Amino acid sequence: MIAAGATPGRAGRAWRGVAASDGAPIYGVLALVALVSWTAIIATGGQVNVTTTLIRSVALGMVAVGQTLVILGGSLDLSVAYQVSVTAVMASHVMQGDPDRMLLGVAATVAIGIGIGLANGLIITGLRVNPFITTLGTGLIMRGVLNASFDNFAGEVPREFQTLGYDGIGPIPYALLLFAGVTLVVWALLKYTRFGHHLYAVGGGEETARLSGVRSARAIVGAHVLCSLTAVLTGLFIVSRLRAGAPWVGPDGNYDLESIAAVVLGGTALAGGRGGVLGTVAGVLILALLDNVFNALEVNTFLKQVLRGVIIVAAVAAYARRARPRRARGA
Amino acid sequence: MATPTPTTAPTGARFEPGLTGSRWRRLGRAAVGSAPIFLVLAGVLVWIAIRNPNFTDPPVFLAFLKRATPLMLLAAGQLFVIVAGEFDLSVGSLITAVVVVAARLIDDDPARTWPVIALLFGLGALVGLVNGLVTTRLRVPSFIATLGMLLVLEGAVLLWTGGAPRGGLPENFRRYGRFGFEGVPVIEQVPYSVVVLAVAGAGAVLLMHRTTFGRQLFAAGGNPRAAHLSGVDVPLVRTVAFVLSATMATLAGILLGGFAGVSQDAGEGYEFQAISAVVLGGAALGGGRGSMVAAMAGALTLEALFTLLNLLGLPKPLRDAVQGAIIIGAVAYAAYRLRRSR
Repeated sequence: MIAAGATPGRAGRAWRGVAASDGAPIYGVLALVALVSWTAIIATGGQVNVTTTLIRSVALGMVAVGQTLVILGGSLDLSVAYQVSVTAVMASHVMQGDPDRMLLGVAATVAIGIGIGLANGLIITGLRVNPFITTLGTGLIMRGVLNASFDNFAGEVPREFQTLGYDGIGPIPYALLLFAGVTLVVWALLKYTRFGHHLYAVGGGEETARLSGVRSARAIVGAHVLCSLTAVLTGLFIVSRLRAGAPWVGPDGNYDLESIAAVVLGGTALAGGRGGVLGTVAGVLILALLDNVFNALEVNTFLKQVLRGVIIVAAVAAYARRARPRRARGA
Repeated sequence: MATPTPTTAPTGARFEPGLTGSRWRRLGRAAVGSAPIFLVLAGVLVWIAIRNPNFTDPPVFLAFLKRATPLMLLAAGQLFVIVAGEFDLSVGSLITAVVVVAARLIDDDPARTWPVIALLFGLGALVGLVNGLVTTRLRVPSFIATLGMLLVLEGAVLLWTGGAPRGGLPENFRRYGRFGFEGVPVIEQVPYSVVVLAVAGAGAVLLMHRTTFGRQLFAAGGNPRAAHLSGVDVPLVRTVAFVLSATMATLAGILLGGFAGVSQDAGEGYEFQAISAVVLGGAALGGGRGSMVAAMAGALTLEALFTLLNLLGLPKPLRDAVQGAIIIGAVAYAAYRLRRSR
């Protein structure tokens, strides 16, 4: 339970805090992966396109940043994939290609997102239902309702809305700025606000946190609402790329399990209380780079999935090994 | 976040209420537990019978039981893992692997059926062993370890078959999921599935609630530190639980291959259904609490609910919504009762 820079103090100390808790080693790994994969891509005559890699990371990246928050608090969210679908479908359904309804569409999806996050958080804290079951359940409810109401692409978003997915300021895509912004906001929340420190405390040990005066329920509900909002952003980004939303866009992207995988790959403990959002971003980038290099080397799609599984497990095993000497045996 | 229950002894004490009653009575109480799932199950079955009076005919009911068998077996296997404090997300992909591998290796040749079935159990045990060792020795949380296994199994199966299942299952493989002992008085036919379910189910109940291993499992899940200090080999017990879960999934896959045929999404969604069933049966995620009969009753309840929704003419996707609502409700109710009892 290391609250990242609980006492910010001087810049140097704060930076060391980031290095210690936000998994600086993962950036070493990221650099290595980038070097190796770019070398491999160039060696096979391919082209390295950093922007494409980054754009690919945006969809998973934003929701993974949200997932980091709930996991740090000792919770988790299996419903994000369907939240992405709900957002994509509702956005295109509400906008119906009309630029004047863009704001309405965004407002509707944000409201739904907040509602879902509140529902998840309140069921977990108020009814004391395990987060795994809660979010599995709300995800199934969303899936059922979506599939019963829509069986194909619903409506479409106006061309203006597609700016989000395709345009940018100069060479920098808007989507990337959005992702960077979300990451920065969440990072600052965790580092400088009481909410962030409470979340680390709750994830490290709910009982202890509560006994020391932390309102643990508030922290958990807040984390779930923020996580849902990141899923909404991912949904909006996807619908701006696809022009229309369909019920399967979320589950097809595997955002639920992949976002959790990216979070643990980034060094955040699944049990909560340890880790941070910068690690998650590295985790997402590593997954995207691996995808890049596998594509360049024309690795079979199915073999790619096998390798992904092995890499995720191996990475988590490596973290567990590093953490071991400090922990008691037998637990 | 399971609410910590420091006041209850970790050894599954909730289900061993004192030494009153005969030995078998105590087994009954331990195995059945006090989950309200049986009332729900009875209610759903009665409702089905009202909508469809044929449902109480033995052949119709046995056909329903046959359909429910794979999920009940999976729930039994999953309970071992959950009581030990872990998850097994790989069972759905293992079912797919079993079905696809069987079709490819047997390739419609009846003579190969039995050797391949033996091989499948070997594969299943190996998958369970790897899950267990990665979780206990490499200390990867079982959620991630079995998620990795899911990705690997799915990818490997598709890689091996090139994206579409090939080969086929001969009659002497398929009949275990489809047919049964004929000419039984009154009930006409006893499906093989139901016999398998009875034997495997009874075995699971005894193993969980009547053996040292079962008690060690409850101890390992309830309070691993205390279990370790009192001499339980926690990693070993947990690994065995994963092997049991994978073995049950193999069995379910063989029956499902016969019943539903070969497809590469044969096992899709089964991991979450199995976990839902176990939770409906009152088991606590996080370990230490659960009952084998109630877990299987949870699986039967889910299948019964699906049948009922079908009878009521609700669109199929709403099944998911009902499953979602009911698992949240069941766990919320269990948490409420736990708080009141203290």
